[in-house]
Amino acid sequence: MTYIKPKFRHPNLTKNKLGYTIDYYEGALSTLCAGCGHDSISAAIIQACYDLCIEPHRLAKLSGIGCSSKTPTYFLSNSHGFNSVHGRMPSVATGANLANKDLIYFGVSGDGDSASIGMGQFVHAVRRNVNMVYIVMNNGCYGLTKGQDSATADNGSISKAGSLNQFEAIDMAAMALELGSDFVAQSFSGDKEQLVPLIKAAINHKGFALINVISPCVTFNNNVGSTKSYDYVRQHVEATATIDFVPEMKEIKTSYKEGSVKKISMHDGSKISLEKLAPNWNPQNRQSALQAIHHARESGNILTGLLYINEDTIDLHRLIKTVEEPLNQLIESHLCPGNKVLQSINAEFY
Amino acid sequence: MKPTDINNPEYFHKVVDCQYACPSHTPVPQYIRLIAQGKYTEAYMVNWDSNVFPGVLGRTCDRPCEPACRRGRVEEEPVAICRLKRVAADHKSEVKNLMPQGPFKPNGKKVALVGAGPSSLTVARDLAPLGYEIHLYDEQKLGGGFMRSQIPVFRLPEEVLNEEVNYILEMGIHTHFNHYVKSLKDLLQKDYDAVFIGSGAPKGKDLTDLPGRQEGASNIHIGINWLVSVTFEHTHKIGKKVIVLGGGNTAMDCCRTARRLGGEEVKVVVRSPYAEMKASPWEKEDAQHEDIPIIDNHVPKSFVIKNGKLCGMTFEKVKPEYDLNGKRKLVPTGEAEVFIEADDVLIAIGQENSFPWIERDLGIEFNSWGMPVVNETTFASTHPKVFFGGDAAFGPKNIITAVAHGHQAAVSMHLMCLERDIHERPSPYVNLHSMKMGIHEWAYDSHVVLDQRYVVPQVTKQVALSSLKTEVELGFSLPVGYKEAERCLNCDIQTVFFYDKCIECDACVDICPTSCITFTENHEDESILRKMLKVPAENTEQSLYVSEPVKTQRVMVKDEDVCLHCGLCAERCPTSAWDMQQFFYNVTKAPKIK
Ligand SMILES: Cc1cc2nc3c(=O)[nH]c(=O)nc-3n(C[C@H](O)[C@H](O)[C@H](O)COP(=O)(O)OP(=O)(O)OC[C@H]3O[C@@H](n4cnc5c(N)ncnc54)[C@H](O)[C@@H]3O)c2cc1C
Ligand SMILES: Cc1ncc(C[n+]2csc(CCOP(=O)(O)OP(=O)(O)O)c2C)c(N)n1
Ligand code: SF4
Ligand code: SF4
Ligand code: SF4
Ligand SMILES: [Mg+2]
Repeated sequence: MTYIKPKFRHPNLTKNKLGYTIDYYEGALSTLCAGCGHDSISAAIIQACYDLCIEPHRLAKLSGIGCSSKTPTYFLSNSHGFNSVHGRMPSVATGANLANKDLIYFGVSGDGDSASIGMGQFVHAVRRNVNMVYIVMNNGCYGLTKGQDSATADNGSISKAGSLNQFEAIDMAAMALELGSDFVAQSFSGDKEQLVPLIKAAINHKGFALINVISPCVTFNNNVGSTKSYDYVRQHVEATATIDFVPEMKEIKTSYKEGSVKKISMHDGSKISLEKLAPNWNPQNRQSALQAIHHARESGNILTGLLYINEDTIDLHRLIKTVEEPLNQLIESHLCPGNKVLQSINAEFY
Repeated sequence: MKPTDINNPEYFHKVVDCQYACPSHTPVPQYIRLIAQGKYTEAYMVNWDSNVFPGVLGRTCDRPCEPACRRGRVEEEPVAICRLKRVAADHKSEVKNLMPQGPFKPNGKKVALVGAGPSSLTVARDLAPLGYEIHLYDEQKLGGGFMRSQIPVFRLPEEVLNEEVNYILEMGIHTHFNHYVKSLKDLLQKDYDAVFIGSGAPKGKDLTDLPGRQEGASNIHIGINWLVSVTFEHTHKIGKKVIVLGGGNTAMDCCRTARRLGGEEVKVVVRSPYAEMKASPWEKEDAQHEDIPIIDNHVPKSFVIKNGKLCGMTFEKVKPEYDLNGKRKLVPTGEAEVFIEADDVLIAIGQENSFPWIERDLGIEFNSWGMPVVNETTFASTHPKVFFGGDAAFGPKNIITAVAHGHQAAVSMHLMCLERDIHERPSPYVNLHSMKMGIHEWAYDSHVVLDQRYVVPQVTKQVALSSLKTEVELGFSLPVGYKEAERCLNCDIQTVFFYDKCIECDACVDICPTSCITFTENHEDESILRKMLKVPAENTEQSLYVSEPVKTQRVMVKDEDVCLHCGLCAERCPTSAWDMQQFFYNVTKAPKIK
């Protein structure tokens, strides 16, 4: 690749509250194939972080291996990053989060990285409720290794080479719901209007937040017969609701039809506002969310939007009652208070 | 909005800001690329075809292209378009053999051109190859008009002017120099098939009513008359203390010339505030650099005479006040009058047209300001055989405008001689073709450099002021010229969108460095659609490129305003829904009329 992105930006770019224009949140120029859905997701992440005025040094990007796992290079150059081995991002994230709970943990993975080699890791991050955003850039194939079917490829989907996939697909969203995740969302790389607010809500959620994003692989899985191509996904997305993420203090501007709106307050005063499109679905009811997913799947559709949220979630740190201070900031005198304290503790047992 | 009709050449023409702003529509990016490739001769010829005087204009052009240049909207300064033209002129090799070669087969028609300025010379160049017998009249002893008589040699060396004037005169033009045309009636009786009047705006304004004007006459000069007499070496010196009245380019040329003829304390005094002076910013800078103060907000009140000789002038101090419409009024500050000493005064407060030699009963209509009624497209007067152009047509402008007029007048004169309708203008020559060579490879240098505008080197002030004939500017060296050429954004390499290929992957939207591209619902009201874009399109002088609806029924809207023509949208598009295509637009001149 010889091309270089020019440094010039639109002179009228607005600054966020921190005084940064959006390019401060950009990364290196992508080396993925032109038109890859993953690049769109990167752009959505950049937009969300800019909108939320996140200080880049307060965020850590974590990933495994795959085209999807390469993307942290392409956004938030000023943030921390750890590109781990294949499928091992969840444990690295868990460790990092335990050591320093003050950062925002942004995990990026692929369907191969999470649903095959990393499945054993993924499930434990969910059930431990590690406070992190977990994005699966789901293209139904192993993009980096030239497009083999992955475990999320739908039964009946046909690969670019023409072979039929006869295995059942693993449904990342349904599985996360089963394992107790308190924030489960699904989206499409080609729909930033939905994806950006979902990412913002996920960042604000104080626990494990999964966003399974269908992200077409233009090169190896955008053929006729694939159920993860741009055309197929556009024809089969079924949104649960339109979504707005409203930061603290801001008035909700969008006008909704009376009665169809659900507002969910987050711990920090921000709000998620959903205008429901799917009937018989309640985003605060796990059963109903699972049913809606199954129902959509039966009718051959992909349900998108915020599928389930429990804003009273209790993350790993609260669950195991770690101290207020991040563990990496505890100094020796805190951890080893000395003989005097030991004597006084011992004295309690006499 | 309706989908943009890119088959209308005017759409892409407007995207090439510099070329669009150039009165002669010189294909600027085309010649800048040729300079970058070291093809100076070809670059010169692209210029010569459009603007006839690349060497002259590369030093003196008013450069309407530069304020329009896109680069000035993405960073501080536009591309140094004008001085790059000079690079082509300075470094070209033989060009004469690339120009139309006479002798041309006579077509039996005869035309007369009054005045040998740039407009007439352009008409001559365009008509000569068609076989016209061309008679060129000027009261001066050499051709060039104001380019010779007014523009000082330290800005425009004689050899440069001679070379380009001679390319034309050597096409077999019958010159009648030292010949003032006293009567248009007489001229028309010489059975010319057409007459072109390019006599300029040769009369300098005076301050006849100011006290002391008569008594001081021998030391008070009309700027443009004084410059002519310096050019033709009738004037060799001026007093030590000089006041130059006026704030236009003529004033700047007068004061700088005065500095070279013995003026030690030369001051420019102008009525208006500094920022509103008519002179180009670079002319003001050059004057100030030569230790000439510019005293603004001073209105001349009287010439002061002592012992029968001019000794200075008095001025009233004013300040500008603006009404609600922004109209300016100069109001006295009430301070005491200011006296400024002077041995000589140069009045450079503007020029007027004057046509004492045109009888008013020939069928040429004049308006209430004494200006001929001239059609802005055909340059025809109300007399079927008489055409006007240059400063004579609509008042004083500049060389490049005079050239543009000349081209169009030549077209009209030729159409008339062919007995065709002069209102049916020839369409421009256009061409659009893909520059794609590979996935990340284009047939143009798409890389956008960050270099700031390079400064043209000058001789030292001491050397400059020591002689009238020393050219002040040195021109870019070739390496610097190359770097400056690389700053050009190639605005003629158009982003062409094929809506039916788009799969709406957003790759182009995400990659575009300057956020030009948005996929959105359409809106019939342009002003609303402009607000709906990724970055609202506030520069309404720049077009929106709106596509046919794509699959989701949205439309692609591209704001042309700050597109870098970097080609990244096309590189990132998986389906080649974007392509970078070179758009060539050239005004059709008389010789190409079919
Ligand atoms: C001091 C000064 C500096 C300038 N500097 C610049 C500059 O740097 N860049 C720029 O673009 N423009 C400049 N201009 C303006 C520019 O020179 C004119 O706009 C341009 O030359 C007009 O061209 P034209 O074809 O109308 O004829 P002109 O150049 O005006 O020439 C007209 C000719 O017609 C002759 N003439 C007039 N009446 C008759 C007659 N009856 N018989 C015979 N001959 C006649 C005149 O003697 C003259 O030679 C400057 C003008 C002045 C006064
Ligand atoms: C331990 C290990 N096993 C296998 C591989 C080979 N490999 C690299 S990427 C990849 C699959 C990636 O698929 P996915 O996570 O879906 O990413 P995508 O490229 O599709 O975005 C595999 C199997 C590896 N790099 N490391
Ligand atoms: S960047 Fe180049 S092509 Fe574009 S307006 Fe400026 S000079 Fe012309
Ligand atoms: S060429 Fe394309 S990517 Fe580059 S600035 Fe223009 S629209 Fe944007
Ligand atoms: S990159 Fe190409 S296919 Fe993708 S949205 Fe842009 S024009 Fe359409
Ligand atoms: Mg994958």
